[in-house]
Amino acid sequence: MRGNAPQYRLETPRTLADALAKLRAEPGRWRAFAGGTDLMVLLEAGQLKHADYLSLHRIDELKGLVREPSGAWVLGALTTYAEVLEHPELARTFPNLAAAARETGAWAIQNRGTLGGNLANASPAADSVPALLAYDAELELRSASGARWVPHAQFHTGYKTTVLKPDELIARIRLPAAGGNRFHFFRKVGTRRFQSISKVCLAARADLRGGRVIDARLAWGAVGPVTLRSAHLERSLAGLSAADLGDAKRRSALLSALAAEITPQSDVRSTRAYRLKVSENLLGEFLDGLVAFAAGKGGA
Amino acid sequence: MVGETIQSNWVGRSVPRREGVSKVTGRACYVDDLSLPGMIHGATVRSPVARGSVRALRFDDPSIPWKEFTIVTARDIPGKNVVTLIEHDQPLLADGVVNHPEEPLALIAHEDKYLLERARAAVKVEIDELPGLFSIEEAEAKRHVIWGEDNVFKSFQIERGDVGKAFAAPGVRIVEGEYRTGAQEQLYIEPNGMIAQWSEADGLTVWGSLQCPYYVHKALTPMFNLPDEKVRVVQLETGGGFGGKEEYPSMLAGHAALLARKSGRPVKMIYDRAEDMVATTKRHPSRTRHRTAVTADGKILGMDIEFLLDGGAYATLSAVVLSRGTIHASGPYDVPNVRIRSAALATNHPPHGAFRGFGAPQSIFALEKHLDRVAAAVGLEPEELRRRNFLKHGGVTATGQVLKEEPGLNALMERAMKESGWAEKRERFARENPEARVKRGLGLATFMHGAGFTGSGERNLASVVGIEGLADGRVRVLAASTEIGQGTNTIFSQVAADALGVDFMDVEVARPDTKFVPNSGPTVASRTVMIVGKLVETAALSLKQVLLDAGYEVGDVREAVRRYIAERGPLKVYSQYKQPPGVFWDDKLYRGEAYATYAWACYLAEVSVDTATYEARVEDFVAVQDVGKVVHPVLAAGQIEGGVAQGIGYALCEEVVWKQGRMMNGRMTNYIMPTAADAPPIRVFFAEHPTPHGPQGAKGIGELPLDGVAPAVLNAVEDALRDLGGGLKFSSIPLLPERVYETFVKGGLA
Amino acid sequence: MSGAFPVKCTVKCTVNGAAQELQGHPMERLLDSLRDTGLTGTKEGCGEGECGACTILMDGEPVNSCLVPLAQAEGAELCTVEGLPARAGRKVSEDRAALHPVQACFVSEGGAQCGICTPGMLVAATALLERNAEPTDAEVREALAGNLCRCTGYMKIVNSVMAAAREMRAGGNRAAPPEAGR
Repeated sequence: MRGNAPQYRLETPRTLADALAKLRAEPGRWRAFAGGTDLMVLLEAGQLKHADYLSLHRIDELKGLVREPSGAWVLGALTTYAEVLEHPELARTFPNLAAAARETGAWAIQNRGTLGGNLANASPAADSVPALLAYDAELELRSASGARWVPHAQFHTGYKTTVLKPDELIARIRLPAAGGNRFHFFRKVGTRRFQSISKVCLAARADLRGGRVIDARLAWGAVGPVTLRSAHLERSLAGLSAADLGDAKRRSALLSALAAEITPQSDVRSTRAYRLKVSENLLGEFLDGLVAFAAGKGGA
Repeated sequence: MVGETIQSNWVGRSVPRREGVSKVTGRACYVDDLSLPGMIHGATVRSPVARGSVRALRFDDPSIPWKEFTIVTARDIPGKNVVTLIEHDQPLLADGVVNHPEEPLALIAHEDKYLLERARAAVKVEIDELPGLFSIEEAEAKRHVIWGEDNVFKSFQIERGDVGKAFAAPGVRIVEGEYRTGAQEQLYIEPNGMIAQWSEADGLTVWGSLQCPYYVHKALTPMFNLPDEKVRVVQLETGGGFGGKEEYPSMLAGHAALLARKSGRPVKMIYDRAEDMVATTKRHPSRTRHRTAVTADGKILGMDIEFLLDGGAYATLSAVVLSRGTIHASGPYDVPNVRIRSAALATNHPPHGAFRGFGAPQSIFALEKHLDRVAAAVGLEPEELRRRNFLKHGGVTATGQVLKEEPGLNALMERAMKESGWAEKRERFARENPEARVKRGLGLATFMHGAGFTGSGERNLASVVGIEGLADGRVRVLAASTEIGQGTNTIFSQVAADALGVDFMDVEVARPDTKFVPNSGPTVASRTVMIVGKLVETAALSLKQVLLDAGYEVGDVREAVRRYIAERGPLKVYSQYKQPPGVFWDDKLYRGEAYATYAWACYLAEVSVDTATYEARVEDFVAVQDVGKVVHPVLAAGQIEGGVAQGIGYALCEEVVWKQGRMMNGRMTNYIMPTAADAPPIRVFFAEHPTPHGPQGAKGIGELPLDGVAPAVLNAVEDALRDLGGGLKFSSIPLLPERVYETFVKGGLA
Repeated sequence: MSGAFPVKCTVKCTVNGAAQELQGHPMERLLDSLRDTGLTGTKEGCGEGECGACTILMDGEPVNSCLVPLAQAEGAELCTVEGLPARAGRKVSEDRAALHPVQACFVSEGGAQCGICTPGMLVAATALLERNAEPTDAEVREALAGNLCRCTGYMKIVNSVMAAAREMRAGGNRAAPPEAGR
């Protein structure tokens, strides 16, 4: 253990109002501490830079899962991966989120790690984040002066940076209902089956109506400085039918367009070349699945 | 005389592990679980660079209360600044020069663990950096000479027959190949740790996580100029070793002892995972080049092998790792003309050291990978080429050893093929693979592992085991052989119980403590069951003989022991290793009986390769071996299964990423060993042909499973991909998906 | 950074069924706090939530105690390897019969070799069997994927858990706390 535990403050506000008041009173002094699965690893390595934290674990307003009449789901920021998995209806509606939760760390990590923490930690290799991104999540950011809803796609601004202000917390995550027959695809390529960090992760979905794609999302992990969407490809998919998607020329154009949208790097876990190629292969798998889906009941 | 026949009442049964209950209840005491009154904590200040001259160490950061610290540098060593092993080149603390990253420079101790870490980070180390050597090729090229005159720790040459003639024979095909293996971290789950206590009256006592109490003892006495009786080494429960706690604990014990001596207080040093991974030993990386002369009908006439190891910055055990790797390099094959040239080279990596298999996994990987190429070159199936070249009873090994046992390799291979469904699956995979995104393949390796120390090693060790009677009639085995998870306590109890004819629970095994147990040698080299177990057996038989000679009935040995002690006093006998007659070994020419006996095996892997992610996975694994009598079926299978899992990691995912001699992925999150969900079903089968050299016929088993896994897995990967691009070749491990992809690219497939 | 460190706190929680006050810095690892009370059955293998040797149950759920700051244990019910026998309704004593079935089966089936991963492995396995009385091989492997073992290759561990599951089903020896399914 390289970290010096005594040098850190970790206070436990009992209500959201208390927490937000503290954040407001001394801007920048306090940072949020959720499940600890990232921060405690930094502590162990002696690399936990910031000193003062607010532990959010007693704040009930940040917990719970609610299904709105519109069909949207609102998840408290402290929702753990285990809670996602234990909620069959949520997992059915957003299978990519459940798949990501299941492949994050292993059971003990899933019991502690939270969706809000994963978002705020802003690692490009996060697993739940691409899933949320592909489902057009909106994030409720709360401060002492109120709340604002931010589209997830605008939340991460660069490597380990977000739009979160020093006095704000992520309070809730809203996942809107599907706009058509939805095809889901999730695949994480990690260093091993569990207890693994992504080398490439693709969370994708496509909504179909009348046999055509009306809306697609492709969200990637570990292939850029942030988790990111390939917006150009998403637009290219709109309006396509199963027959269009099955066209070899179009398929190959889609595959070759990917390289312009991701910027993978070489690091201790993998190489740029491998990540590029596997990303392309995952995109191919997504397209194959989508063709089958569109040609089958999904295209109805 | 007693002991003409020993009844197997306990050997062969899966009795409960002796220390099992203490392990499952959390009561087993590992080094970090022990606290002594007044104990403080120690930490190591290490070199930030691979090679250089140390200008200064400064303990002057004003935020640290340095006066409260015990600080030790090389000047505080009362005796020799050397970690005694084979050569005397490795200092306990670097004195003026450093030769590898993380080399220990100084030691500090304080009672506050948190403050200790802050202080360690605040020590200023000033070093003038020198250029280093970071690969076998750089060491070979002698761009710098960093050790001796030529960067060579040790070299060997083994010759049998006339290789030149074999290669010139008419009609032979010559097949060449180069194979590489990477470093591998032992990754015992309990990091290294040691506690030391010093007093003028009693000298030095250390308690720790270690495999070889007398290695530590032998290293400590010259460091402190102490007589043998003033140094006491106690092994605590040890959370895995695999060779990683063979030589390194001598260093750590010396460090803790220096701090204890200077501070006058007990000192505990526990490495965190990062320190353990970046600073301590790993398996030697290797490069092997093969040239093989084979006839059109698959008879191997000649093998010319060059085998090189990266030994790291100090000699440590490299010479003996090299020796074992060299002897195993031509495998279980009867080849009339063999030349093996080998060398262990110095680089500026942290010293590589003992790791289960000890050089053999490297050279056997190369051979077994290469033989699939040889088979392909002459149009034979891999099993058929092997079948035509197996060693048999009366056959001759590369060192000229005439086999006095029948290895039964063909039967082992047939069994493995049957259990794996080889014939049916090979046919089915060949049919299905061309259309499949996930392709399947099968691969095998046949191999052997010599039990015990090499050549005259056991004679030189001359190990001793004792057994003593207890007042209640039970007996206690006295040996320095350690329980590190492999089952020493249980197996010694079984062997002694059978030799004495008493209940398994009437035998206890003493904690290895150099104050009380004789030197039964190190817990290494697959020697504990066969060599030391045999000594346990002979000691037990001697004890029975003493009872008989004294006129006690040995129908009830427990009662006889109880009465003997009550009537005559202490009852203790010792047994010392004697080399069996007729064993010849020439250490200079490397000829003769390299090992008294070998364990023989055939391993067979079934893999899948996902052509979208280039990930190879082992789906099924069959391990068939002859280790003589199986003393404890559950423990024996556990040894094989654990070794196979380590071998799968070695083959597919365990990569040490180096940069200027430093391990860059020294954490469990980025040095990747298999989880329960990654490990395949591992199916273990034993053939049991007893050897006269071990108790009730048992041979060594511990290292064997590491040897054959990686080549079986890579042969299976090549099999899975043989319909692609005229066949892809994989010659290096670990075979990460990134490497598979690069091979696809080179093959024009991606 | 020196000098004005925050003072220690007292955290009230339940440890293996008994009310306990753990003293320490709020950011201290729960692993250290528990070991400091003498519960050294919980082991440290990596300190970063990777190996699982420090697994304990926190409100019935397996967690890596190296990743839980002491402050977050306030009010929690903690169970370490030392508390497993009681969790199966058995009296804690030296007697082997007083082991949790999972513990007993790790001894009889060879699930423990060097023993250092064993406490965490037992805790995770117990949590699994409290939720799933009849797990498949794949379910056991997934539930234990956060507990690394370098000795066994996992075969004997899986066998041990399966044997414990059978024993618990046969004996009706289900651990007491009713928890959410998994």
